[in-house]
Amino acid sequence: MAFIDYYKILEIDKSATIDDIKKAYRKMARKYHPDLNPNDAVAVAKFKEINEANEVLSNPENRKKYDKYGKDWKHADELDKQKEQQQYNRSQQSNYGGSSDNDYSDFFESMFGGGASRGNRAQVKYKGQDLNAELKLNIRDVYTTHKHTIIINGKNVRFTIPAGLKNEQVLRIIGHGGEGMNGGPKGDLLIKFIIENDTKFKLDNDNLYTTVDLDLYKAMLGGNINVDTFDGNVTLKVKPETQNGTKVKLKGKGFPVYKKEGVFGDLYITYNIVLPTNLTEKERALFTELSKLRTL
Amino acid sequence: MSTKNFIPLDELCSHYQVEMSFFSDLHEIGLIEVVTIKKTLYIHQDKITDVEKIVRLYHELEINMVGIDVVLNLLEKLSSKETEISSLKNKLRFYEH
Repeated sequence: MAFIDYYKILEIDKSATIDDIKKAYRKMARKYHPDLNPNDAVAVAKFKEINEANEVLSNPENRKKYDKYGKDWKHADELDKQKEQQQYNRSQQSNYGGSSDNDYSDFFESMFGGGASRGNRAQVKYKGQDLNAELKLNIRDVYTTHKHTIIINGKNVRFTIPAGLKNEQVLRIIGHGGEGMNGGPKGDLLIKFIIENDTKFKLDNDNLYTTVDLDLYKAMLGGNINVDTFDGNVTLKVKPETQNGTKVKLKGKGFPVYKKEGVFGDLYITYNIVLPTNLTEKERALFTELSKLRTL
Repeated sequence: MSTKNFIPLDELCSHYQVEMSFFSDLHEIGLIEVVTIKKTLYIHQDKITDVEKIVRLYHELEINMVGIDVVLNLLEKLSSKETEISSLKNKLRFYEH
């Protein structure tokens, strides 16, 4: 276990009084308390640190041991005994290694793992830490409601992805977070979804937008065209004399509305009229004739 | 009215080691809704997460009732702003690509 400077964590001097420690702890707890920093893993880790620092430094006996032995303060009694023994025997001292590979000392763990309560504060049951994860999905994956399985800490977590889920939306999977403290419930798993859109449809809320090319003659004379929607092909009737940029709405052909099964947004189509190029002599002559009809 | 889905306040008091007045204060300030069924006070089980958060803020940070109300309001605002930012980001993406 690495040495943790509790004074540094609480931003206090080594000569700090009990009142200074209390004050520093309260100030930092107000800043980093998990309830005030939702979905912030850094704040949760910091809060654990300051709790541990406070529990050690606010107890005069522990503080004394910590000041004397640093990271090995928990074994202070044993170290003292060893020292006495060494002085008596003048024998070689054996090394006393750390006992944990964890980032936090096992004192903290025992404290929150149901150990004896210190101080006169009532021990509160803590809900476990919320875990955060990010999941990339294609827009087509959220077009229909389906089950999805992910592996968190070696365990399969199966959950429902409702159709219409939005980019950066967060789903809370209850009870799949960190273990609770003092017998508190497990935390939740918060999954943020990144929805990638590689389709020709743009999504805004529940509506889809796309552009459809229309040739000049169809735009002028009207007729039927086949248009791709998100769930297949539809035939559309184009009105004669349709202008470039004309928008048409296909009701209910948009994206599913989140958690409203069977309800869909609309699909908006913008017509982009494509003019013919590489005109033949005959075409040019006919267009000239047409233009004369308009200018007469 | 059935007591199904409701938790008696006295059970919560012993569980969280708080006085009954704690809950009546929360009720008075409008932070929780307490219902009376056959002369016993209850809280709906869906509100337990809120109650736990309030208890933690009260015990851990020594925030008083009014302070808790302010904190919860600000957290709600923060959450709504985050949702708004996310929605605006999606809108921006619509125009960027």
